[in-house]
Amino acid sequence: MFAEILVKLWGCWRKRHNVIYKQFFTLKEYVQLRRYRQRSASSQVNLPFSVSDRRAAGSGGSALPCVFKVTVHFINRDGEKITVKASPGDSLLDVVINEDLNFDGFGACEGTLACSTCHLIFDEEVYKKLGPVTDEEMDMLDLAYGLTETSRLGCQICLTKSLEGMVARVPESVADIRQTKDGSA
Amino acid sequence: MRSCRRLLSELKLWTSGRRKWTRGLNEGLGGSGKAFLSTSRCPKVCIIGSGPAGFYTAQHLIKACQDVEVDIYERLPVPFGLVRFGVAPDHPEVKNVINTFTQTAKHSRCSFYGNVNVGKDVTVGELQGAYHAVVLSYGAEGNRRMGVPGEDLPGVYSAKDFVGWYNGLPSCRELKPDLSCETAVILGQGNVALDVARILLSPSDILKKTDIAQPALEALAESRVRKVLIVGRRGPMQVACTIKELREMVNLPGTRPEMVTADFEGVSEALKDVPRPRKRLTDLLLKTALDAPGDKELERRRNAAKVWGFLFYRSPTEILADPGCSRTAGIRLAVNRLEGSGDAARAVLTGEVEDVSCGLVISSIGYKSLPIDPAVPFDSRRAVVPNSVGRVHQAAGLYCSGWLKTGPTGVIATTMNNSFDTARSLLEDMDSGALDVSAAKPGSQAVSSLLEERGVKPVTFSDWEKIDSLETRRGEARGKPREKLLSVEEMLKAART
Repeated sequence: MFAEILVKLWGCWRKRHNVIYKQFFTLKEYVQLRRYRQRSASSQVNLPFSVSDRRAAGSGGSALPCVFKVTVHFINRDGEKITVKASPGDSLLDVVINEDLNFDGFGACEGTLACSTCHLIFDEEVYKKLGPVTDEEMDMLDLAYGLTETSRLGCQICLTKSLEGMVARVPESVADIRQTKDGSA
Repeated sequence: MRSCRRLLSELKLWTSGRRKWTRGLNEGLGGSGKAFLSTSRCPKVCIIGSGPAGFYTAQHLIKACQDVEVDIYERLPVPFGLVRFGVAPDHPEVKNVINTFTQTAKHSRCSFYGNVNVGKDVTVGELQGAYHAVVLSYGAEGNRRMGVPGEDLPGVYSAKDFVGWYNGLPSCRELKPDLSCETAVILGQGNVALDVARILLSPSDILKKTDIAQPALEALAESRVRKVLIVGRRGPMQVACTIKELREMVNLPGTRPEMVTADFEGVSEALKDVPRPRKRLTDLLLKTALDAPGDKELERRRNAAKVWGFLFYRSPTEILADPGCSRTAGIRLAVNRLEGSGDAARAVLTGEVEDVSCGLVISSIGYKSLPIDPAVPFDSRRAVVPNSVGRVHQAAGLYCSGWLKTGPTGVIATTMNNSFDTARSLLEDMDSGALDVSAAKPGSQAVSSLLEERGVKPVTFSDWEKIDSLETRRGEARGKPREKLLSVEEMLKAART
């Protein structure tokens, strides 16, 4: 009976803290990560969110121990593969900025869903794990060059442990010579 | 030996990150870059126009070439062009690009010279003498005319002027549009038309927290405009706006949509093979026009005092004046039918006409570039500078980027890519020798002395920062992000303090 009460309490605590348990290796690591996050980011993370807010809140992610980090591979416009480690919870735009990856013109609107310059292309399996696309993200994605079925905006993808080893390709940003069909400024 | 160092420095650029890059650029590569690399080559590039095109070209040039120096000339004392004067006040996130531009402008190899009118204070020829290359990115300051009788009546404005008025463009300060009529007609169905409609119908509570110009805010608070019609020549499948702006109109507080159901006949069938962006946009239009709203939405619409709607298949033929011929009283629209389908569909007159009474007509049919110097080739038919990938035809050392290069359509990301292309062409020419950078050129020193002779005092970037902090302080007092200075005299006065 005591065990049942414990299990019920654990279930309530999980729901309250919105734990997706499989993201983390052990409960201890999860608690440590939460404490770290609370220390480094005072604002709640709610999608869509702005990179400048997070920068202001001081979340850098680089102080986390390696075991918490997620490996992400980027393929830049020259076809080179760049591998970085990033913290769960950071968006791909955060990763590009924190790791000083040098993609021309990436993230012009600083993650406020007002442009399509953080457009990234994923493999089919990774794309399925990325979660639902909001209408607002889809609206801006529609304006992106080289849009594919597995395209997303980097500022809206939050890293989780299940995305370990994911590959994100930075598409060509140059349109063909014809005039683009998107609306005027 | 020198080429080895250059190769190494380019490799470093590609593999190092932005932080290292900025540090590297600011201090010189390796910390002592300038000391041991005897820079016998110092290419100087001049950019005319400080909007997104100018700044993105400068950014790319500075990043890709270690010794290039870039000077940006701007006619107004304030930089940033359409990002400041064209982006709607309720779209502040689009203006975040200003942070990147500020970073570029503050770079040691980039200088900003405001209050310099190229074509009047200094000619393009004189700039070409002082710099190795000149990049024209002064955009489109004119607008396409409808070419119908009555176009010059009071009450008819171009969208460019209207947008400039509410965004504080000094030349549009005296516009004072009459907003006492009930119906406004906007010709054109692009994003600018939707911006104008949204600003006309937005509740004052929303607008007063933006950086809209104060006189415009006051005029809009007293506006009696209750109905806005957005008129286009063709049908729902050819509408030029994008879905984000359309969604904002649909969700605009205090308004309800009203459209002609007959205009949407056959549209849903035609959507089968259309690419996703156009399909989603048309789906939203269909849903707004045809579907019965849910209870909450129905309630909201019933309480809405203002109405907006798209009017399709109509072209303006005449602006009708009131009996005293002193102001606009209506507009005569010819009815069209469509020939062909998709983006290539053409509007063909049917011979029928329709009169709509309105007191305000805003034509949003496109901006237009103007020639600023007879020495620069200009294609008046397309209103662009003739070029191939940014290299101006029959003019060595002249390049163009932005709307002047491709015509006045596209969002900031489009301009960014097109400016990067021009910068790449310039760099290729420098490397191949097509652009001769071996001879030293005087650069800004020569131009500064010319300007001094002519009594023109340029505004530097730190002067702009004084204007910026004054505007921000004034805005804080009113709960706005900034309170823009509305005249060149005020701007210059703030810059000189």
